Amino acid sequence: MSVNTIKCECGHINHEGTVLCEACGKPIQGNQHLDGNDDQKVLEMRYDGSARRSKTYKRTFIDKTWAFFSSVKVGVWLIVITLIFSALGTIYPQEPFKNSPLPASQFYETEYGITGKIFYQLGFHNMYDSWWYIILVALIGISLVICSLDRYIPLRRALKNQKIKRHPTFVKRQRVVSSADKLSDENYQMIKERLEKKRYKIKEEDGHLFAEKNRFSRWGPYVNHIGLIIILVAAILRMFHVMHVDDYVWVREGETRVIPGTGHEYYVKNEKFSFDFFDPNEDERFREALEKNEAPIPKDFQTDAVIYKVVGDPVIGEEPELEEIKRGEIRVNEPLSFNGYSLYQAGNQMESEYDSISFKVNGENDQEIGEFKFETDEAPYQVELDDGTVVRVDDYYPQLEFTDNGPSSFSKFPRNPGIIFSVLKEGEEEGERFFYLAEEVIGLSEENTFSMSVSDIDKRSASGLTVKKDNTLPFFLVGAIIFMIGVVQGLYWYHRRIWIHPAENEYLVGSHTNKNWFGMKKELDEIFEGTEFNEFKDQSELK
Amino acid sequence: MHKKKKRLIIRTVILSVLVLTLIGVLYVNFSKERPVVAEGDEAPNFKLKRLDAEGETIELKDLEGKGVMLNFWATYCEPCKEEMPYMDELYKEYKDKGIEIVAISVDSNEFVINNFYNKLGLTFPSVHDKNGTVMEAYDIVPLPTSFFVNPDGTIERVVKGALTLERLEGYLQEIQPTS
Repeated sequence: MSVNTIKCECGHINHEGTVLCEACGKPIQGNQHLDGNDDQKVLEMRYDGSARRSKTYKRTFIDKTWAFFSSVKVGVWLIVITLIFSALGTIYPQEPFKNSPLPASQFYETEYGITGKIFYQLGFHNMYDSWWYIILVALIGISLVICSLDRYIPLRRALKNQKIKRHPTFVKRQRVVSSADKLSDENYQMIKERLEKKRYKIKEEDGHLFAEKNRFSRWGPYVNHIGLIIILVAAILRMFHVMHVDDYVWVREGETRVIPGTGHEYYVKNEKFSFDFFDPNEDERFREALEKNEAPIPKDFQTDAVIYKVVGDPVIGEEPELEEIKRGEIRVNEPLSFNGYSLYQAGNQMESEYDSISFKVNGENDQEIGEFKFETDEAPYQVELDDGTVVRVDDYYPQLEFTDNGPSSFSKFPRNPGIIFSVLKEGEEEGERFFYLAEEVIGLSEENTFSMSVSDIDKRSASGLTVKKDNTLPFFLVGAIIFMIGVVQGLYWYHRRIWIHPAENEYLVGSHTNKNWFGMKKELDEIFEGTEFNEFKDQSELK
Repeated sequence: MHKKKKRLIIRTVILSVLVLTLIGVLYVNFSKERPVVAEGDEAPNFKLKRLDAEGETIELKDLEGKGVMLNFWATYCEPCKEEMPYMDELYKEYKDKGIEIVAISVDSNEFVINNFYNKLGLTFPSVHDKNGTVMEAYDIVPLPTSFFVNPDGTIERVVKGALTLERLEGYLQEIQPTS
């Protein structure tokens, strides 16, 4: 006999570390401390007394690591620690959601004071992407896999190897037991019939009877863990662009822009951005509430969008050839979807930019000599009017501001255009200068023969669109379904076993269930009612 | 003994798979924080129309063999405009030594670029990234950002912010082809 096995008196050879013989259930001498059994108490039936290897071998580094992760205690602590950190991370907004132009190093301190500073310095402002948080979650995953393997395999083995004939000690030391001095054949048959009626599977050998039902309930937790692992894998998949995209793009009316996150493959055009406000006069009931608010309350935003796909494989920067693939309206909660991507209405800059400004030029005696349109995106160098007068654009500031160095532009967006014109008579080099700003034209020359005025202004809005793609949702769904199947399987069925053991001068009955002992006792009372057996005793309650 | 050995192997395999997955996840997560285009990487190719020479385009690939400085700038960016004269001064000296300077403007308007370019009488090629696609490919924040590209197409240096004349000259010498 090898040192690593234990032979029971029934002849079955058990693994080292077995607490109760896999076949007959006799407590194995010298291993009772593992599950804390003592002769006076009910047997600890956890994992049916099988040898959880992690509890016994701790020799190599691998075994030690395995034993560490296989401990439920370790697993629970990992979950508790992760839970605490996850909660701490929600005290203040995470960095991507801080919604402030301030850098993180200043934002948390200015906004929340000393606690904000600590929050930032501990790195909690980017917690859920931090390496240590990922490691914590991964450790839970590892613990989950190893705990499950280390319990499922021996338990399945023990339940598979169990024999009909058990050791009297095993039967006697079950929690709910009974005994009888004698048992008539009729009653034995009646018990068998009743067991069958209650859907027990019955096996008999030499007068011993073993009834069992719903063993699959024991696999519930492991099915549940498989679901959890699938959810973890789905979370990992989210890190890849192929599976998950979350981006943002501003598109101005009339503009065509590349959709970020699509690898320069798709473009979106904003044909028109429309918006609607609640009208205080529409319904008397809401009038007061609507008028109280300073800004009008938006009712609807809509982008009329066209989606294009790039034809061929142009070099970056090259004007791509575009093919229209879809056209539609994007409203809040009503995205436009194409090839796995969805565009959601997420922001707006209403009439924030000037699309074009039309000017009228008057000559001597205020006689109109011409009109022209200044397109803010295609600013002309000069415009020639019908009578040969030339309007030259000397300088153009899309978003005008005045600095120490004079007029300059704050951005490239024509939010507040400033234009300096020279109006030249035909053939002349020097002309009269005009400055357009804040929707007015001011003459800069001392004496003016010409005059300029704004005749029309065309503004445009920008639409903010969220780009989303999520191919991981089916994985989350499958994981969640398997998770729930596991919960139901383990929770709504009970694994129950009943042994009838003919001993020397008596008949013993032992029973085991993995939960709901009250129900077990009730079921036993029904099955053994009117037979020679004494009333069933719950041995744990006596202590 | 044989069984124990098998068990050790199985455990080792399972643990390695789990640990490797963890390392993989950490690596992917870490590389997300890394800039899209970093020193040592190959500079992404692009093709843009020249504003200073009618009808001509510049494609980065065609400049292989030369040391290339890519300068992302805009007319609304004051420090960008301040370093332009330095670039022009050094361009005149280094263009015969195998150095090319390409100024990529991210303005939305040709007029403002040309207006500035002509006022200063600049001489290096000027291109317009009107749709911001090149800017996106190079993941530009802030302006100005300059990339110094080796003759073999790899990025020698990325400089965020404005340059002085001395630093600029030093960086140009780093990417100057040896002939």
